[in-house]
Amino acid sequence: MRVAIRTAIAAAVLLAIYGLGLGVEAGFNEYVQRIVLLAGVNVILAVGLNLINGTTGQFSIGHAGFMAVGAYGAAFVGVKIAPTIHGLLGTGAAADAVVFNLALLAGALFAGISGLIVGMPSLRLRGDYLAVVTLGFGEIIRILFNNATFLGAATGYFGDDPSGLPAYTNFFWVFAWATTIVILIHNLTFSQTGRSLTAIREDEIAAEAMATPTTRLKVTAFAISAATAGIAGGLFAHMQAGVRPEDFRFEKSIDMIVMIIVGGLGSISGAILGGIFVAVSLELMRDLQQYRLVLYALLLVVIMIVRPQGLLGNRELYQLVRRRKATRAEGA
Amino acid sequence: MTLLELRKVDKIFGGLHAVRSVSFQVEKGSIFGLIGPNGAGKTTLFNVITGVYTPEQGEILFAGKNIAGLRPALIAARGVARTFQNIRIFRAMTVAENVMVAGHHLHSASILDSMLRTRRYEADEQALSKRARELLEILGLADLAGEIAGSLPYGSQRRLEIARGLMLSPELLLLDEPAAGMNSQEAQTLNEQIRFLRDQLGLTVILVEHNMAVVMNVCEKIHVVDHGETIAEGKPAEIKAHPKVLAAYLGEEAENEAVS
Repeated sequence: MRVAIRTAIAAAVLLAIYGLGLGVEAGFNEYVQRIVLLAGVNVILAVGLNLINGTTGQFSIGHAGFMAVGAYGAAFVGVKIAPTIHGLLGTGAAADAVVFNLALLAGALFAGISGLIVGMPSLRLRGDYLAVVTLGFGEIIRILFNNATFLGAATGYFGDDPSGLPAYTNFFWVFAWATTIVILIHNLTFSQTGRSLTAIREDEIAAEAMATPTTRLKVTAFAISAATAGIAGGLFAHMQAGVRPEDFRFEKSIDMIVMIIVGGLGSISGAILGGIFVAVSLELMRDLQQYRLVLYALLLVVIMIVRPQGLLGNRELYQLVRRRKATRAEGA
Repeated sequence: MTLLELRKVDKIFGGLHAVRSVSFQVEKGSIFGLIGPNGAGKTTLFNVITGVYTPEQGEILFAGKNIAGLRPALIAARGVARTFQNIRIFRAMTVAENVMVAGHHLHSASILDSMLRTRRYEADEQALSKRARELLEILGLADLAGEIAGSLPYGSQRRLEIARGLMLSPELLLLDEPAAGMNSQEAQTLNEQIRFLRDQLGLTVILVEHNMAVVMNVCEKIHVVDHGETIAEGKPAEIKAHPKVLAAYLGEEAENEAVS
């Protein structure tokens, strides 16, 4: 019964996303559509990064590295498994969907494993070691891809076909994945695991004194966060003909941090808003080129002065609404 | 029966010998006082017992097993709960959430269970919040369950720390200055609550406290340290009259003469 109800809800939501996608594809030009897709990818990135930076309070400043691993991983696996899957299932849209989603999961797996490798040594310790290590990791990964000839080195990876990677990514897949990830991470955050992660952020010594397995939880949260960035990377990769190392420079990691700081560290709804904000503002500032970084820096300084907790603080949108209602009821 | 035994424990920070060959035994079901002037090493002893520090020498036997040098989370899971001298609650979380964090033994759902909100997740959440509510009830915080912990008054934050510690279902509870900042009426309530924990929940309590009204009233046995060394141990009446204790707290006669 329970499973049946949930399946029905899931089907309805997916159908709604599909319908919305058709609407967006019919109603807007390609330029706007691309911004919408980027906003969806950003939401995945921001919600994933928020789990470690916001909820757990361990700062990663090299998340573009995990996105890159996911992007290259998904692109490569997608290209390699496509002939086999097409041989089994034909060349229709269904076969493409299977190839695409398997590729995305492979990218997430690679990114998650990289997260484990980076997180295990650096999260054993208390303090800001993760920031230093992830900063290094982001750069190392980019330089590795820059020199990996089987992945196209500095030119980027375009698959085996001269027309480049297949453009699997569309509105439906981006928002189906974004919705799924937001729900899963929301559920995780509001569970005993999530409470323990927040406790680690609030006071690691006290959390440990309350029998919280701090290292194991921090590493797990970090790996989940990395895997999420991997999904976003895979979706991003299949939006264009190829993946290039320069797509995952340090600025990309900064963009992600801006998303979660603008929205409010520790707030999932804040991360969603922040992801959309960055996608739109990047387009508005396109003419400014590299000066946008100066603007971002200014924006961060202003936020730190005016509203250091970000747009929503560490609360969720629905909690704020509920609280406002409660205070109004008290006043009346 | 002895629940906790320290055998010649030493803790050294660089040139500072913070704890020097301290030994004591705490009987199961007793309320044990640990007192001494500021900087005597009381909190260091708590940190050694709970695994925050590893002692340089000596053994710490909890229920017969040596726990010296184990990680704090493991020691806590074995049944040693504590509060902190300078309150360490999870400020941004609600009062109920603070308590629920410590309920690991009531929690069996995996991360996947939580993500998919399975029945096991729901059963866990129910068990955790039910137990948390019971404990908040005992400490008189039930009405504040939904409040943000950081916004509570000082005395309530101290009681919240006790409730959170109890969530571990501990055998031994270490209270580090629980009466600090409380007025005499609040301290009186605290006395009753500590007795309640022992009598009704069967806990063994070790109390570090400067408020002598609380210590002398509630403790059955008191251990006195000064400069990291044991100077006396006995019943409250004996400690009150002990010359070394008086000297440590009030200064020795020779020193008094030198000053005057």
